[in-house]
Amino acid sequence: MIKKALLGTLAAAFMASTAHAAEVKVGFVTTLTTPAAVIGKDMQNAVNLAVEHMGGKMGDLDINLIYGDDGFKPETGKQVTDKLVKQDNVDFVAGYIWSHVLLASRKSALDAGKFLISANAGPSPIAGKLCHENFFSTSWQNDQTPMAMGEVLNQKGVKSIYVMAPNYAAGKNMVAGVERTFKGEIKGKDLTKWGKDRQLDFSAELAKAKASGAEGIFVFYPGSAGGAFIKQYQQAGLTESLPLYSVFTVDGLSLPKLQAANFKAVLGSQTTQQWDPSLDNDQNKRFVADFKAKHGGYPSFYAAQAYDSMFLIKSAVEAVGGDLTKKDEMRAAMKSASYASVRGEYSYGNNNMPIQNFYLREVIEDSEGKWTTKVVQTVLEAHQDPYAGECSLN
Amino acid sequence: MDYVLLLTQTLNGLQLGVLLFLLASGLTLVFGIMDFVNLAHGSLYMMGAFICATLTFATGNFFLGILLAIPVMALLGYAVEFGLARWLYTRDHLSHVLATFGLILIFDTLVQIIWGEAGIVVPLPEWLDGQVEILPGVVFPIFRLLIIGSGLSIAAGLFWLVNYTRLGMLIRAGASNRTMVSALGIDIQMLFGLVFALGAVLAGIAGMLISPITEAEIGMGNGIIITAFVVIIVGGIGSMKGAFIAAMLIGLIDTLGRSFLDDAFKLFMTENSAETAAPAVSAMLIYILMAIILAVRPQGLFPPKVR
Repeated sequence: MIKKALLGTLAAAFMASTAHAAEVKVGFVTTLTTPAAVIGKDMQNAVNLAVEHMGGKMGDLDINLIYGDDGFKPETGKQVTDKLVKQDNVDFVAGYIWSHVLLASRKSALDAGKFLISANAGPSPIAGKLCHENFFSTSWQNDQTPMAMGEVLNQKGVKSIYVMAPNYAAGKNMVAGVERTFKGEIKGKDLTKWGKDRQLDFSAELAKAKASGAEGIFVFYPGSAGGAFIKQYQQAGLTESLPLYSVFTVDGLSLPKLQAANFKAVLGSQTTQQWDPSLDNDQNKRFVADFKAKHGGYPSFYAAQAYDSMFLIKSAVEAVGGDLTKKDEMRAAMKSASYASVRGEYSYGNNNMPIQNFYLREVIEDSEGKWTTKVVQTVLEAHQDPYAGECSLN
Repeated sequence: MDYVLLLTQTLNGLQLGVLLFLLASGLTLVFGIMDFVNLAHGSLYMMGAFICATLTFATGNFFLGILLAIPVMALLGYAVEFGLARWLYTRDHLSHVLATFGLILIFDTLVQIIWGEAGIVVPLPEWLDGQVEILPGVVFPIFRLLIIGSGLSIAAGLFWLVNYTRLGMLIRAGASNRTMVSALGIDIQMLFGLVFALGAVLAGIAGMLISPITEAEIGMGNGIIITAFVVIIVGGIGSMKGAFIAAMLIGLIDTLGRSFLDDAFKLFMTENSAETAAPAVSAMLIYILMAIILAVRPQGLFPPKVR
């Protein structure tokens, strides 16, 4: 599949150069190897679907899409970004699942005067001190989603929680996020090893959480680590005594696997998010329906954000009638967030991070018997991240 | 300190130790006795998990999955020995590392082609999915107890095999002087092939046992194999007894470190710096142990008497 995509882009590049067709070059960096490739693959499917929905064109320009694989490592992510910027001379660099990879890569793209669009990672520095006029996000700042969960915990009257997250940039932001809004007591905290040799057996931490006497447990475990966590949480018998409140842990990627193994404990569990397959707008309905028809399952939030990133780029290209030298006008077009987003309408703050709604979602079984999520309530409306004030842009 | 938590964490440590022993015992057989560095031992662990997952779904029973996966792993191990390792015994370690590193890439790609990148969640039979109260207040997942039990029985079986059987005697003899053993009319090629297959089965079983807890996923062996190498170095290369004791030691140190280091640090640090420092230091603990042991006893804790 990767090879096919590579061959496709190579062939497209060759044809484009011989025919001298005008084109817009987009580099998309994600993880296509290691266990995290499951996320990258989902994003890739969504990006390909977006290109298909656009008929392969943004305005009059052909789309030339080049994928880069960060291999789940910041240093590889930076190398790939360098290659996209210098060798391929792309107009836009998009993608980035991981906060530490984005932090390592941002300078390469921005110093070369390219537009950089994060379709997932939202580390705090990039929203604050390191904000940049050419950086845009189609996701969120890391703190925001756990802040929404903190509000939910307050509303439910939870007095104390135990907190677990992986030990890297995003994990720390997630912990900071829930601490910002949660009014109760945090009984204990564990940051577990992350990266290529990440820790996946949480027996010791779960035993501590249980012994802490907290009323609930808040976790952030993206990708396949989420599935592993939920299983062990169930096996340790904590479903009743220590209710689970998570962000980015239960998603369109882990649910089909958990359903295949009949892990019913996850049904009814609640997470917060800025997007959901059940959101009622035309763009989202088309995206979810076509994605399901093509790949058999629900898209994840990673896919939704990747899909949005392509439409954000399209809005910029079309605003300048395909003249990619007009950077200021393209920037203004993106800043207006006037494209149809699968999350519905949102706007950009001074730091080019979305100001958007956050919803509480619950895991349910849909009418076809597939496990998915639905929106229960809106927790935060038009929410801006807490770092916007540290950004010097207006 | 809370005895319930301490006891639970000790059991968790034992469970990790048992798993590490299953991996390290295979390494000990292959590296310690045949002097072959097999970096792809972790790939065999991964293959065990995936094969068992597929067979579990095909038969609808986790135990049938394991039973059927064991002969498959033995064949796979023998194939790796026959197709690759056999040609490299006389070469230096660097060639072993290079060839088996290539093997890791091949196995990872194979898994991606056959099973996709999503990984597989392996379901357990319902009676294994629960918890049991061992002592008042100490509630422990049944499946983790089963891992400890089966790991200890396998360790006992290996001990018997290596020390009290003809095959074990040949393995030990072949390790000290392969020319002499083959001069006595023993097919040493076949013997090493069998040992390699046994190592693959042990690694595979470790993978099968962990997959219902984590998941069967690409590259799952590449991280834990480093820890397994630490185990055999600490225990003394080539010593089964050493591997067992070191595996238990490292399982306990790692688990107890993750559990209690932050509390220990809070005694002399601010809460904030303890929370930052503890995860970093607990991830290093086993390497610190290895460094200390290498400094004091370079041959490991229990080096084999004859090499």
